[in-house]
Amino acid sequence: MQDNLAERIAADPNYQLLKAKRSRYGWILTIAMLVVYYGYILLIAFDKELLASRIGDGVMTWGIPLGFGVIVFTIIITGVYVRRANSEFDELSEKVRREALK
Amino acid sequence: MTHKILRNGLMAAALAMPGAAMAADVIQGAEKQATNWTAITMFAAFVLATLYITKWAASRTKSAADFYTAGGGITGFQNGLAIAGDYMSAASFLGISAAVMISGYDGLIYSIGFLVGWPILTFLMAERLRNLGRFTFADVAAFRFAQTPVRIFAASGTLVVVAFYLIAQMVGAGSLIQLLFGLDYWIAVVIVGALMMIYVLFGGMTATTWVQIIKACLLLGGATFMSFMVMWHYGFSPEAMFADAVRVKADLATAGGKTAEEAAVAGQSIMGPGTFIKDPISAISFGMALMFGTAGLPHILMRFFTVPSAKEARKSVMWATGWIGYFYLLTFIIGFGAITFVLTNPEFLDGSGALVGGSNMAAVHLAKAVGGNVFLGFISAVAFATILAVVAGLTLSGASAVSHDLYATVIKNGNPAPGSELRVSRITTVALGLVAVVLGIAFKNQNIAFMVSLAFAVAASANFPVLFMSVLWKDCTTKGAVVGGFLGLISSVVLTVLSPSVWEATLGNPAGSAPFPYTSPALFSMTLAFLGIWLVSKMDNGTRARIDRAGFLAQQVRSETGIGAAEASSH
Repeated sequence: MQDNLAERIAADPNYQLLKAKRSRYGWILTIAMLVVYYGYILLIAFDKELLASRIGDGVMTWGIPLGFGVIVFTIIITGVYVRRANSEFDELSEKVRREALK
Repeated sequence: MTHKILRNGLMAAALAMPGAAMAADVIQGAEKQATNWTAITMFAAFVLATLYITKWAASRTKSAADFYTAGGGITGFQNGLAIAGDYMSAASFLGISAAVMISGYDGLIYSIGFLVGWPILTFLMAERLRNLGRFTFADVAAFRFAQTPVRIFAASGTLVVVAFYLIAQMVGAGSLIQLLFGLDYWIAVVIVGALMMIYVLFGGMTATTWVQIIKACLLLGGATFMSFMVMWHYGFSPEAMFADAVRVKADLATAGGKTAEEAAVAGQSIMGPGTFIKDPISAISFGMALMFGTAGLPHILMRFFTVPSAKEARKSVMWATGWIGYFYLLTFIIGFGAITFVLTNPEFLDGSGALVGGSNMAAVHLAKAVGGNVFLGFISAVAFATILAVVAGLTLSGASAVSHDLYATVIKNGNPAPGSELRVSRITTVALGLVAVVLGIAFKNQNIAFMVSLAFAVAASANFPVLFMSVLWKDCTTKGAVVGGFLGLISSVVLTVLSPSVWEATLGNPAGSAPFPYTSPALFSMTLAFLGIWLVSKMDNGTRARIDRAGFLAQQVRSETGIGAAEASSH
C-alpha cells in the first residue's frame, strides 16, 4: 500500500471513528475477561471455603454454577464482540474502504 | 487405596495438559492390551476417508498459498471447527475427564484455563492477524521491521513450541495406542508419523483442515453421546448425579478405613476446589501461560490465514470458542460419570481398586459402560484420530516457519525461485515427520509431562509479546522486538528447567530443591519480554528504528481496515 493512500485513510473521520470505537470496545471486553478469570482464580486461592459451601440441602456447591458461569461467560463475551464487529464495525470499515478506493 | 487415588489425582491435575502429555505420563509402564479389532476397524475407516480427502486436496494444492493456507478459501464455520479440532487434544479429553474423576472440581478449574485465552485472541489479535498476514505469524510480527532478524526470531519461537508440543503428542500417541489398540509402542509412533506426513505432504492445509474438522465432529459427537447417557441415567438432574458421585467417593473412603465423618468430608470434597491451586503466584502465572499462550501458538495463529476476510476470522474464533467451551462442559460430566459408572464396576478395576490401564482410561471405560464394545471401539478410534489431527497441524506450522520464514525470506531475500518454496516445505515436512518419530521413540520412557506446559509458556512469553507489541505499539522497533522476544524465549525455557516439574520430576533432584519454586514461568518471563521490548525500543534511535516507526501508520491502517490484504488471499 502506498504511504499516501495510508495517510489519506488515516485522515478519514470514519476511519478514526472505527479505530477509536473498536479498540475501546476490544479493551473493555478484554479487561472484563481478565477480571472474571483472575477474580475466579484469586477467589479460589484466597477463599476455597466459599466455593465449597453448599447452595441448598443437597450436595450442590456455589463453585459449580460459578465455574460453569466462567465458561458460559467466555463464550458469550466472544459472541458479543463478534456480533458487533461483524455488523457495525464492518459497515464503518466498508465506508472507509469505499472512500479510500474511489 | 483412597490415599493412592487421591495422590494420583493431585498428580493428574498438575500434569494434565493438552497434547497427551499427561496421558503419556500416567500410562507409561502400563502393559499392552489385547488387540482391539473393533477399534482398529473403525480407525481404518477414518484413515480411508481422510486419505480419500487427501487425494482430492492434493489435486487442489498447486501453489505455496494452497499448501500453507488452503488458498484462503475456508469458511468461518469450517475454520472454527478446525481450530477446535486442532486445540482439543486426546489429553484434554482423557486427561481432564480423568482429573475430574479423581479430584472433581479441580478438573473444572484446570479446563477453564484453556478456554479463557480465546476471547483475548478474538478482541486483540484475530482480525489484525488476518489483515496483516499471509502464511505465518512472522508475516505479521515482521510487517514493518527488518525481515531477517524478526523472521529468525519468529521461526525459533515457532520451532521450539512445535518441537515440544510434537514430542509430547508422539509419546502420548505411542502409549495411548499401545493401550487402546494393543499395538506395539514403536508401531503406533510410526503409524502416526507416516499418516501425518501423507496428509501434510500431499494435501497441505486443505487436507489438514478436513482431518481436523472430521475429528472435531467425531470427538464432539462421542463426548455428547457419553454425557447424554450419563445425564439420562440421572433423569437429567445434575443434583442427582453429583449426589451419587459424592456417595461413591464417601463409600470408597469408608472402604479405605476412614471414619464415617472423614468419609463424608472426602465425598463432599469433589464439589469444591482442592489442592490444584496452591499459592496465588503459581495460579496467576499458570493462568497467564494458558491464557496468552493460546494467543501465541503458531499452529493456531496459522489457521487465521485460511479464511478470506477479517469477518470470517472473527466467526472462526466465535465458533471455536463455543465448541471448545461446550467440550469442556462435557468432559466435566464425563468425569463425574466415570466416578459413578466406572469406579463402582469391578470390570474396570484391578486388584488394588485402581483403573485398569491407569486413570487416563476413565473416559474410555465410561464409553464401554454406556455404549458397549462398539462405542468403546469408536472412542478409541477417535482418540487416535485426535492425535493425528493435532500432529498434522503442528507439522504444517513447523514446515511453514522453515520454508516461508527461513528459506524464502531470510535465505532467498523474499525472492525464491518459482516452486522452490513449496519444495522446501515438503522436504521440511518429511524431515519433521522423521524427527518426530525418532524423538517419539527416544523419549518413550522419559517424563515428558512438562513439555506441553513449556510449549504454552514459550508461546506466551516469546511469540505473544512480540506480536502484540509490533501490532499495537507505535514505538516498537526491530531491535526491541528481537531482544525482548529472545529474552522471553530463553527465560521461559530456563525457568521451566529450574522448576519442580523438570528439576525434580525429570532430572531426579530431591524434592524441594528446585531453584524456581513456581508451576509456570509465564508471570516472570512474559514480564521480562515486555520490559525488554519496551526498554530496547525506547533506547533505539538508529536509522532502522526510524524506518520501523515510520511504517506504523501504514501497518495500522491495513490492520484496521484490511485494505491491501485482499490480494494476500486471492490466489
